[in-house]
Amino acid sequence: MNAASKLPWGKWLTLAWFTVFSIFCIIPFLYIVSISLSNESDIANYGYKLIPKHITTHAYDFLLQSPKQLLSGYGVSITVTVIGTVASLLITTKLAYALSRKDFGGANSLSFIVFFTMLFSGGLVPWYILIKRYLQIDDSLLVLILPYIIMPWHVLLMKGFLSDIPPALIESAKIDGAGEWRIFYQIILPLAKPALATVALFIAFIYWNDWWLAMLFIDNQNLIPLQYMLYRIMNNIQFLSTSMQSSNISIDITAMPNETARMAIAVMAAGPILFVFPFFQKYFVKGLTVGAVKG
Amino acid sequence: MGFAKWNNFWRGAIRSKGLIGLAIPGLLFVIVFYYLPMLGVVVAFKDFNFSDGLFGSKWVGLQNFKFFFQSDAAFQVTRNTILLNLSFIIITNVLSLVFALLLVGLSRRAVKVFQTTLFFPYFLSWVVVSYVTYALLNPQLGVLNHLLENFGFDQVNWYLESKFWPYILSLAFLWKNIGYSTLIFYTGLLGIDKSYYEAASIDGANKWQQMTKISLPLLTSLITLITLLQVGKIFYSDFGMFYFLTADSGALYQTTDVIDTYVFRALRVSGDIGMASAVGLYQALVGFLLVVGVNALVRKFNKDNAIF
Repeated sequence: MNAASKLPWGKWLTLAWFTVFSIFCIIPFLYIVSISLSNESDIANYGYKLIPKHITTHAYDFLLQSPKQLLSGYGVSITVTVIGTVASLLITTKLAYALSRKDFGGANSLSFIVFFTMLFSGGLVPWYILIKRYLQIDDSLLVLILPYIIMPWHVLLMKGFLSDIPPALIESAKIDGAGEWRIFYQIILPLAKPALATVALFIAFIYWNDWWLAMLFIDNQNLIPLQYMLYRIMNNIQFLSTSMQSSNISIDITAMPNETARMAIAVMAAGPILFVFPFFQKYFVKGLTVGAVKG
Repeated sequence: MGFAKWNNFWRGAIRSKGLIGLAIPGLLFVIVFYYLPMLGVVVAFKDFNFSDGLFGSKWVGLQNFKFFFQSDAAFQVTRNTILLNLSFIIITNVLSLVFALLLVGLSRRAVKVFQTTLFFPYFLSWVVVSYVTYALLNPQLGVLNHLLENFGFDQVNWYLESKFWPYILSLAFLWKNIGYSTLIFYTGLLGIDKSYYEAASIDGANKWQQMTKISLPLLTSLITLITLLQVGKIFYSDFGMFYFLTADSGALYQTTDVIDTYVFRALRVSGDIGMASAVGLYQALVGFLLVVGVNALVRKFNKDNAIF
């Protein structure tokens, strides 16, 4: 190690190690992509291969032949993600802003009330009963959105960001006669754009990747988000064929690309996040870093 | 509170009514979705049914708890939860610490590339990850069994053999979380004052000495903080991972059934709401005591690192 770190090959060794590990991180997912592009009979004969013997988009064509189910999944996921992210971001930021104001008397005790929910929770069952029996929002779009509107960690993260805004700015706006709401919308929100982007990404990520709420509360076929649909497909190979039949399109069930179509759906469910992720990675990393330091 | 105090309170509230107005929608959600369920834990002492509701259902004392703790499941799920979490914490933290120390020596561009690739699995949901593990472990078509066959070993029916799953789950956890965990330590390392290293290299210290004498000691507080936070959460597990990766296969419960999956099944599969809530309360209480205990420990250790 002594000599190695002085010589360039010490660095090469590190690079090589990370390259190998990076491949380890990506290859498993490449298998999914590769299977989705394979020929169904090749899979039956040779098993899953990293490089398909024959590349075909048959699985994707098949899914797009009768896209009703898939489109409905996308529709639900996109609706929930967009509405949920906007609503959650606004409500979270408002609360976090009030808590970040040092001249707000209740800030400390209210912050503790938010923080305490990270230490103790009533658990799954009372929460489930509350939503199902008392709020009665189960089996609706609302149940896919409302429970995640406020996440304590997001509030505290946002509060950390907003504490950095100089109080003098707010003071001078007050002297000019601006009320709290106007200060919030016209001064704080524009100043907090990077923080908003970071937290919005966290929230969108949670909504897009969620299957939990659907698993507990959704029965209506038309309200199933993409991730939960994906789970049901994995759970039940027949799911695809029955949904195809019910859509009144005559398909030879034996010619159904079961294995490849399943993987194609997995690719399509993971796709949007993976496209968005490189552009927002900067923000994401920043948010995680602040979160780690301010904890 | 005396009259003067109340007066002050109301005056303060009126003065900051704008801020209170901003906070109210958020607080409402906190109260409804977090504090109401806390009151709802009384359901653990009731024979709950949906038509009578929380208030109408009969009290049954500790019967729900008795049923759980007299079963073999109590020991099994507690053991699995703690041992698997310990394995995740140790493996992921040690490796990501090594990764972070190595990353510091690389150029900015290399760091960026590796950060992106290591981070990639973090963005996949556990459902998508379960497709990945399925592609690897499928008994007939899976990648792993083909490899085993090629090297002349017997194939394994992965979804029926519980003894392999602690390793599989640990690997999957590492795979998904290594990027996140490495980033945290890497950021901690970047925060160390550069002048320490400059002074050390003027005095002739090599990279290894700098690592063990400067980087690690200065990172100790971050490492303890992160580890203790994880230990405080040791009674909880990532439900999606345990439920989807194992395909909820009963043959694997012996090593993979954790408190969260057990509660879910009691609630949704067997419909035993009373027991589900009793186990949930057991988890919440022990989890809370652990967090508080761990925090007290940290406080003793180093006051600045305490969470509250």
